[in-house]
Amino acid sequence: MHDTATHDTKGQYFWVWAALLVLTAIEVVLGYRQVFSPVRMLEVLLLLSVIKSALIIGYFMHLKFETALMRWLLVLSVVTCFFIMYFFFFPDAERIRHLGVQ
Amino acid sequence: MAEATIEHDAVQHAAPGAYEAPLFGAYSKKVGMWLFLASDSLTFGALLFAFSYNRIYTNPWPTPFHAESIANATIMTACLLSSSLTMVLAVFAAQRGDRPWMRNWLLATMVFGTAFIVLHAMEWSKLINEGLILSGFQSILGVSQTATSGELADISKNIPQFPQAFFGLTAMHMLHVTIGVIYLGVIAFRKWFLPALAVIWIAGAFMIPSGNVFHYPVHALGIGLLVAAVIVLLKPKDYDAHDVEVCGLYWHFVDLVWMFIFPLVYLMSTKVS
Repeated sequence: MHDTATHDTKGQYFWVWAALLVLTAIEVVLGYRQVFSPVRMLEVLLLLSVIKSALIIGYFMHLKFETALMRWLLVLSVVTCFFIMYFFFFPDAERIRHLGVQ
Repeated sequence: MAEATIEHDAVQHAAPGAYEAPLFGAYSKKVGMWLFLASDSLTFGALLFAFSYNRIYTNPWPTPFHAESIANATIMTACLLSSSLTMVLAVFAAQRGDRPWMRNWLLATMVFGTAFIVLHAMEWSKLINEGLILSGFQSILGVSQTATSGELADISKNIPQFPQAFFGLTAMHMLHVTIGVIYLGVIAFRKWFLPALAVIWIAGAFMIPSGNVFHYPVHALGIGLLVAAVIVLLKPKDYDAHDVEVCGLYWHFVDLVWMFIFPLVYLMSTKVS
């Protein structure tokens, strides 16, 4: 088990929790006020979700304090998933609308 | 010729020797849980991809969530985020050997998790009453109280992808939260959790009316009780800080998935008046 005494304190986790609540509030305001167009809104909300996920994975799940190999393996897998989603799936979904398939 | 009798460390038998450090620098239980979470994230990833795909190609996509739905979902999000904090505090307590506070923080995590499930179940019931439904709810689950006209009823008839995606995603997540709460109960209270879970299951089975969507699914708690009983009674052990940490990984994962479901499902479908 990693040595908790040297690199993480309880106070840090309260700050992370507060940051997550603030980011959630920002998402709710943006979403409810429909500040952006739907596609831009999706991108902004996904970006905020990725930031929140990074905070949860890094601090609450302690990945920040694990070995570099584990960190890189997980981060690369997640980035690959997002890459496939954004560059292949979303354009394909958009394309179907213009093909006239209902 | 003393050197000829000195054996290399690698061939010394019956003597404590150095072992090779694990590949990921963590104990096997933790690596095992990370591998499980990687596989589970593929499941949710597939569901989220399908939802996003549907959302983009279906035009117009319904936006039925009024302010009270968004407020309810926001409170649910705050419950899950707070539960993650209490889970971290439970892990800290376990690591310093403070068993009473470990149990207290685990109980607080369970309370937040249960609040999430109850709020979510109430929201489901409200949406189904107002007409948002899947055909299987009536034919398989015997749901009877649902509106046949109105905004949500029209969505169910004309854009079935919406209830399919909504109920599919949120049901899978709710199941994971329920399993997580049972897992926390087993870690915190061991065999003393079994009677409490049995009481909750039986109470749910009698109190949830037959026309409600949860009338039959509540028996998933019975399955959870059976699995927990097998684990706790066949392999009784005092769960240590490692076990609490591994449980924490699962719980934070459940929270993590909600961080994507909440904006994609709720915030992208808000009704702005």
